[in-house]
Amino acid sequence: MIAQERLTSALARIPYAGFLGVRAELKGDELTLVLPYSEHLVGNPLLPALHGGVVGALMELTAITQLAISSKNDKFAKTIDIGVDYLRSGKPIDTYARARVVKIGRRIANVQAEAWQNERSQPIAAMHGHFLVAEP
Amino acid sequence: MGSGDPPKGDYGKGGDALERVRAMMQWTPQGRALGLQVMKIEGAKVWGRAPYKAELIGDPETGVIAGGVITTFLDQLSGMAAVLAMRKPTTVATIDIRIDYMRGAEPGRDVLAEAHCYKIGKNVAFVRAVAYEDSPDNPIANAAAAFMLNTHVKMGANLREAKT
Repeated sequence: MIAQERLTSALARIPYAGFLGVRAELKGDELTLVLPYSEHLVGNPLLPALHGGVVGALMELTAITQLAISSKNDKFAKTIDIGVDYLRSGKPIDTYARARVVKIGRRIANVQAEAWQNERSQPIAAMHGHFLVAEP
Repeated sequence: MGSGDPPKGDYGKGGDALERVRAMMQWTPQGRALGLQVMKIEGAKVWGRAPYKAELIGDPETGVIAGGVITTFLDQLSGMAAVLAMRKPTTVATIDIRIDYMRGAEPGRDVLAEAHCYKIGKNVAFVRAVAYEDSPDNPIANAAAAFMLNTHVKMGANLREAKT
């Protein structure tokens, strides 16, 4: 099990996670990534709404980090493909994401993720993806 | 990219069309933060560039840019191709996007991409996009996306909802 500090330092080593401003919360083996609202994350300044790519990136980061925790592997898996469904526009508030590892095979893992804001039951986006499992 | 006549919108006509599309790219704070650029437009096709920046690295061991940057870049460029295809350009919203990552982007190099809106209807536009450094024949990633058209944007709508 990767402890909270180890997880935080693993994320801190990724410059892009810092660019987004992502922070990790770990309860047991369940990870929540938190994306605090920031003006530079906006894609539509009229609404304003978060950029869809940012929400997709958040869920992808959640997926590979959760995968590292579930597979007890310090190295991050490589993304093979992702599909992102946008369900609601992202409001200018904090966003959360959690991922569920559906299956880890010898080489490929299947992961689903969801992002939400005020209410967990009202996701703003969903993702599923395949990842190349890193050699331990 | 698909073949056939691309659908044409108002953005495809007139000499300043490219400038208007560039202004659209600059209009997005996240596009500005990433430094995304529009290089060229032609019908419902658009070519763009995502400059390499150290702060966007996803793998500190190799210096490869994060997949999320490619996702945002392809999403944004695809949305612009959809807008280019519209007769009366308004705003669009991504319904879904599927991205295949063939390989990591080469460290230290800008990522280029092209997006083509190959079909547009009354409500939905379909776009293909590909990211690469030198040629679409050697892709970094491929995307297929669908966009909802004419999303009637009420200014500040999300600000009111955010309070409840």
